[in-house]
Amino acid sequence: MSDCISHSAPEPAFLEPWHAQVFALTVSLNEAGRFSWADWVEAFSATLRRNGLSRELDGGADYFNAWLQTLEAILAAQGSASPQEVALVRRDWEEAYLNTPHGDPVRLAR
Amino acid sequence: MPHDHSDHPHALLPSDPALRVKALETILTRKGLIEPAALDEIIDTYQNKIGPQNGARVVARAWSDPAFKAALLADADPVLAELGYYGRQGEHMVVVENTPAQHNMVVCTLCSCYPWPLLGIPPGWYKSDAYRARAVREPRRVLADFGVTLPADTAVRVWDSTAEVRYLVLPMRPQGTAGLDEPALAALVSRDSMIGTALVGAPQSNSEAPA
Repeated sequence: MSDCISHSAPEPAFLEPWHAQVFALTVSLNEAGRFSWADWVEAFSATLRRNGLSRELDGGADYFNAWLQTLEAILAAQGSASPQEVALVRRDWEEAYLNTPHGDPVRLAR
Repeated sequence: MPHDHSDHPHALLPSDPALRVKALETILTRKGLIEPAALDEIIDTYQNKIGPQNGARVVARAWSDPAFKAALLADADPVLAELGYYGRQGEHMVVVENTPAQHNMVVCTLCSCYPWPLLGIPPGWYKSDAYRARAVREPRRVLADFGVTLPADTAVRVWDSTAEVRYLVLPMRPQGTAGLDEPALAALVSRDSMIGTALVGAPQSNSEAPA
């Protein structure tokens, strides 16, 4: 565990495209009234606490992994996206990537 | 790497979390719970439009206009709303002023609550366990990590953000800036100085204002 807080260079808002996507999904659902921001913060804090028990979180990829876990759990609890649905559609996307020639846009077959 | 062919016969497979996010997006779009165009708009806003330059403008104005500063410190929300800096995660803002007697520093010990309309998306270190745990416990040592050493008689006050209240630090105006206009002053104000993990330094040269 390191106590060092690195803070040198300016960094982009999002390190990876999926960080931006999951952030935007969450903000969009909040604005559509699917959950309040206070509820989001409570659930997200609980995930961070749980994940932080086993190791030090670095605020980067760890942070957005916890963000995604939290959003998945909320959507599953609300019945908006069950783990089974997510697993199926995730597999469809994976197949689409594997079956699309490099350079072509990747689309779901169904 | 699940698929790492040198010639990429198929599209490169995204990471597991990236695929899970795509799955969520597909499911929610199909159910009409989100609009893909709205997501793009949100991303564009936070990647390109909102950032610490907003907070820096507020600081520069407060340094230049005593009435504005008094109003900002008394009740920030209406003042910021007038400038257009309101909305997501900036609904209730409190501005705390650094003085020779007190230095202010902001943290979110719960997660990463942060004044998005003024500072954009928080930097990685703000979200790290190290900062979140240590800022309250040993703020002076954290400041030292950031290269900030305060006089011994300056108190350090740490403000813990919540989903309801966000803080912006109003740093002290540096010496040698008497002739600078607001844009020149704003250019001196760093993101970290508005979180309280940096001070605002004097301009590099006395004769020229920074662009």
